[in-house]
Amino acid sequence: MNLWMVMLAGGLLTFLTRLSFIWLFDRLTLPRLFRRALRFVPPAVLSVIIFQELLIRDGSLFLSISNARLLAGILAMGVAWRTRNTLLTIIVGMAALLFLQIFIS
Amino acid sequence: MTTSSPAESLTNRQQFWRGVRGVLPILLGVFPFGMIYGALARQSGISVPAAQAMSSIVFAGSAQFITTQLVRLATPGIMIVLTIAVVNLRHALYSASIAGFVQNLPSHWKLILAYLLTDEAYAVAITNYNREGAQGNQHWFFLGAGLGLWSCWQLSTFMGIFLGTLIPPHWPLDFALPLTFIALVVPNLKDSAATTAALVGGIVAILTFSLPYRLGLIVAALAGILAGLWMEKTP
Repeated sequence: MNLWMVMLAGGLLTFLTRLSFIWLFDRLTLPRLFRRALRFVPPAVLSVIIFQELLIRDGSLFLSISNARLLAGILAMGVAWRTRNTLLTIIVGMAALLFLQIFIS
Repeated sequence: MTTSSPAESLTNRQQFWRGVRGVLPILLGVFPFGMIYGALARQSGISVPAAQAMSSIVFAGSAQFITTQLVRLATPGIMIVLTIAVVNLRHALYSASIAGFVQNLPSHWKLILAYLLTDEAYAVAITNYNREGAQGNQHWFFLGAGLGLWSCWQLSTFMGIFLGTLIPPHWPLDFALPLTFIALVVPNLKDSAATTAALVGGIVAILTFSLPYRLGLIVAALAGILAGLWMEKTP
């Protein structure tokens, strides 16, 4: 299978995944429990990616005071909580990581 | 993220630009990520047209990253397709979450908005829907946020393909991804059930990280959602 075929198949499956419930929603009635669960989709899914990015290094757990990404990430969480400012969160987090990298490595 | 405004008084064009402005701060985190993708794709031996096309055909950052790695390792095509599909399974949850707000739109709108349903566009659009409801022309906001992100992803891919080798390798630009997600999640943790969903999802993600095809991602997301439901029931 060449790369173009892989991209087309992967892209089509991604599109159908994104379309799935949007397309089916008014054609089937979803259970109430299911509807209540939907509110937890953003915090659950996005924090899965956050935790993996901050705590996994080269395929294994890196829970340590010398994990610069973890420290910078926790600082960014504090900034996001206090200010609710997206831009400031990204800038402070990135600056913190650059700063910590100099001292840790 | 955006300033709230009375929905009924805005024209479609105004809603569209409000959506673009809503996604704008997030683009600061997306742009370097797109550049890294472009650079990695070229390093993996993917041709310039294919590297650029993947950003509009697949249009999913983390799946595109993994694809470049798998191509470099000469992984069989069918395995790459399977991996892309599993990594993007979380988008079914986004689809379910946003479906109720777009159910009265004509089919061509559903197709376009589904194509634009990335992590970031979803987060911006659902925040707006939760605040403004689905009435009126809020779908133009969604379109503005989605197309704003799409344009940024194509442009940053292009820049990465041609300028990516100029990025010093010790610059931790990939850290922009978790930072973007932190900025999207943390301000919305308004009650203990949502916070529980986030913490349980994250912890299970670490415990299940070694599962193949990043299946841990979907297992952990479901665990987080169930924990949130359970917490909501037992206050």
